[in-house]
Amino acid sequence: MTASTPLWRHPEFAVGAREMRDIALGIGAWGLVAGIAMSKAGLGAALAIAMSLCVFAGSAQLAALPLMVQGAPLWVIWATAFCVNLRFVIFSAGWRPYFESLERPKRLLAAYFTVDFTYIAFMRRFPAPVDTRAHLAYVAGNAAVGWTAWQGMTILGVVLADVIPTCWGLGFAGSLALLGITASLLVNRATWIAAAVAACAAFAAFALPFHLNIVVAIAAAMAAGVLVDRFSPPRAAPAGEAP
Amino acid sequence: MTIWMNLAAIAGLTVVSVVTRGFFLIPEREVPLPPWLREALRYAPLAALVAVLVPEIAMTDDHLIATWRDPRLYATVAAGAMFIATRHLLGTILAGSAVLLALRLGLGW
Repeated sequence: MTASTPLWRHPEFAVGAREMRDIALGIGAWGLVAGIAMSKAGLGAALAIAMSLCVFAGSAQLAALPLMVQGAPLWVIWATAFCVNLRFVIFSAGWRPYFESLERPKRLLAAYFTVDFTYIAFMRRFPAPVDTRAHLAYVAGNAAVGWTAWQGMTILGVVLADVIPTCWGLGFAGSLALLGITASLLVNRATWIAAAVAACAAFAAFALPFHLNIVVAIAAAMAAGVLVDRFSPPRAAPAGEAP
Repeated sequence: MTIWMNLAAIAGLTVVSVVTRGFFLIPEREVPLPPWLREALRYAPLAALVAVLVPEIAMTDDHLIATWRDPRLYATVAAGAMFIATRHLLGTILAGSAVLLALRLGLGW
């Protein structure tokens, strides 16, 4: 693969696209619900669609919208979105070795299009850096499918907000997609313990503003995971014990 | 809020998306991270997902679900069983959604 080959013809583009396709239904359902919520927040359809296309961060948008409608100061709106997005700051440390060789604008452009699932699927595909071109192609393929599913369905939700009955529980399809992805990450004792700690921490810290309970859960689970890795018995575990 | 304020808010939110997603990609030189932190980062996405999931599947208005007649419980169990049986994400979403819809529309939960 030379650098002149377009990214979408790189074989990793198809791999990234395929892995996103499996959860596109959940992402789409979620986008639809987010679109409905954005429309009902009272910002107007045109602004809601512009916001979705530019900001491309569902939970941050939904947190910022009521503040915008209330006329809160700009810095409060931005700070709220920053806090809701803090998990991406943590993920970005993980991206560093994979995109190091790119120039800064390209690094940031690639990062802008990575959502939670892109990070997870990417790290499973590339446990260690191989070739920047392959990394970029995978992210491009993954993001192309995810971006289209999310934006298309969000816009549909904004437009059809008054027609779609909320009783269908559409948003839950998005939660089920998350559930499946979470289950796929539970591969050993350390990940199970980290997940249990994260769940307890997220619940205990739920009263915090700006979704900061997510950050608390991440910190607690990271500590728990590392502790289990350090102090669990080496590979040859006693018979009958989970690996 | 005027239209211009809203546009400014959206422009700023776009910058927030770029800055948060690319935070550690902004400096030209690598930010040295201690090995334990690098190791710990592997648990971050799992924890973020779980933290987002907890209120979605187990809470109503700031409290844990306190009734057995909540369709989300059964949808979650169905989706979990489907995942364990098939390890297929689309099937997991469809199984859970089917149970949720059946209980919502069929039993009126």
